[in-house]
Amino acid sequence: MIALAAIALCTLAAAAVALALRDLIHSALLLIASWVGIAAFYLWAGAEFVAFAQVLIYVGAISMVVLFAVLLTRPPTAPVSPARSGRAVPGFLAGGAVLGLLAGAVLSSPLPAGTDATPAFGVRELGLKLLVPHAGALLATGALLTVALLGAVVLAAGRGKEDAP
Amino acid sequence: MNPPAADPLSAGLLERLPLLARDALTSGLPEPWRWVSNSLLAILAIIVVFSSLFALLTLAERKVLARVQNRPGPNRAGLPLTRFRLGGLGQPLADGIKMLTKEDIVPRGADPVLHFLAPVVLLALSLLTFAVLPYGRLLVPVELEAGVLYFFAAGAATELALFMAGWASRNKYSLLAAMRALAQLISYELPLLLAVVPVVLLAGSLSTSGIVAAQAGWDLGFLPRWFVLTPWGFASFLIFLTAALAESNRSPFDLPEAESELIAGHLTEYSGFKYALFFMAEYLGMTALAGLGVTLFLGGWREPLPFLEFVPSYAWFGLKLLALLFVFIWIRATFPRLRIDQLTRLAWKFLVPLALLNLGTAALWALTAGWGPALQPLRWLGATALVAGPFVLLGRGLTAGLRPRTYRFA
Amino acid sequence: MSPLQACLVFSAALFSLGLIAVLVRSNAILVLLGVELMLNAANLNFIAFWRYGPTPAEGHGVVFVVFALAVAAAEAAVGLALVIALHRHQRNVHLGDARRLHG
Repeated sequence: MIALAAIALCTLAAAAVALALRDLIHSALLLIASWVGIAAFYLWAGAEFVAFAQVLIYVGAISMVVLFAVLLTRPPTAPVSPARSGRAVPGFLAGGAVLGLLAGAVLSSPLPAGTDATPAFGVRELGLKLLVPHAGALLATGALLTVALLGAVVLAAGRGKEDAP
Repeated sequence: MNPPAADPLSAGLLERLPLLARDALTSGLPEPWRWVSNSLLAILAIIVVFSSLFALLTLAERKVLARVQNRPGPNRAGLPLTRFRLGGLGQPLADGIKMLTKEDIVPRGADPVLHFLAPVVLLALSLLTFAVLPYGRLLVPVELEAGVLYFFAAGAATELALFMAGWASRNKYSLLAAMRALAQLISYELPLLLAVVPVVLLAGSLSTSGIVAAQAGWDLGFLPRWFVLTPWGFASFLIFLTAALAESNRSPFDLPEAESELIAGHLTEYSGFKYALFFMAEYLGMTALAGLGVTLFLGGWREPLPFLEFVPSYAWFGLKLLALLFVFIWIRATFPRLRIDQLTRLAWKFLVPLALLNLGTAALWALTAGWGPALQPLRWLGATALVAGPFVLLGRGLTAGLRPRTYRFA
Repeated sequence: MSPLQACLVFSAALFSLGLIAVLVRSNAILVLLGVELMLNAANLNFIAFWRYGPTPAEGHGVVFVVFALAVAAAEAAVGLALVIALHRHQRNVHLGDARRLHG
């Protein structure tokens, strides 16, 4: 429980500060830290494979794409976007309401206590599950990733000169 | 280090020597503290061994480069306060003292926190990768079921540190270098992972010691069953080696710090000890990748010939590691640096397709594992053709119309 | 509070943070990162229910998270490509300025 509390605190703090900062690069780096925190949670829960996959995908791949996007879309003379707009108060109210609703529902509902033992579900079992009952879904995911890659390339590359405003 | 799966008592005395030394130190402690101090000792051993290897490696690199370029290399610094020079063996010590005593400069416009964090993060992450390598029959620091995945997860974050360094320096050269480094590292992450997948497929395990265990045994009584000695494994090994060179920013892929174009790339604004940390992290990363290459393709700690089993396994691992590192240095001395467009083209048009085809070959190899001895030559020939054919065709296609450049002097 | 409830509250807080980012910030990249955060909060729930659920040996939660990670990668790639396309059209990434199709 103490480990969980520490992981949760670090993750939430990193995410909260990241979303409040004005410097986009700092925001992105702090969000990456919170993704690492989520991976630590997976490790704590005993999902080893998912934890490493989370680090590999989020810290290794998505973060790179995010940083590239930040650098490519940076205004030439950094007038940083105003962090607060007219939507700040309703936004915070909505977020707080959702948090209150969810937390209240979680705390008031009878949930199974579960066991303290870490489930025996290793890499081999996960692989068998993925390749035997979920083989179709795995293939579909592969197709989805390929299509997404091609789509992203087409979108980001544009059509050349005539595409300019 | 954790108790390994193999029976420790069946191994020879030399084999057990590191474990005996550790137990002699920690046997007096009560149980939880014993575990903690054992782990701490393992960490300490890794740091000490690989830091001193780094120190010697810098000297070895300069010496080998000098030998290739027909000059003596560093030969002045020897034992301190004496007249013994030992062919320049004191050079790492002198370098270290120089780095420690230099002024640490942070540019005025720099982002001080990120500027400080970048080398620290980089070094910490490259040390993390050493945790899962099996150094010997009984020496596996952390036994993880998804060890290979862990290695790449820890290695993937190094790109982030390079970016932090380039961004925090607030210097055009540094930022350009960081962008280049990102493009290069992402491009080569793909062939690197795709070269590892066939090994995982054939070994049927993601754990590093499981992969070493899958390379046990002998063909014809003397040929080790290392993965590099199969057609698909050889191709994978070459792809892995190329991608590993690029991942560790080594020449001929050292574009992020190309002196002639970018001063020193992301290192431009670093001086003193922070620079030394970067340097160390780079060499440690290279060593870790070489260690992974040894584990995945060269049989890990296994001996190359059956009658050499009396030599302790960690010595074999060390020898193979040093041999691979020598190849890295040799390549640096031999090849000129690539251009950035050539670099990405090599990755996406050559290495990735080859690695994908090679994955197919490996799958075929796994499917035909049950073939009898009469069909074995056919299996080998087929797999070799599947590996060599695309290599030749793709290479021809990509270099069509290119000839050796002729220079005309006025 | 049982461990499962703690995990769920953690995930709810993360989800709300992502929601606030989506609602408050006007930079397209940060909005996208907020969506990623919400997705991660959902994944966290899957792992929590797998860990404390009745049939952990079946591993449904883990399998689901593996697929969700793949989809998240695809989503991030396409989303950031959209951001770059947006930047090419209007020279900034403020979502408030993206009203060309506004009748």
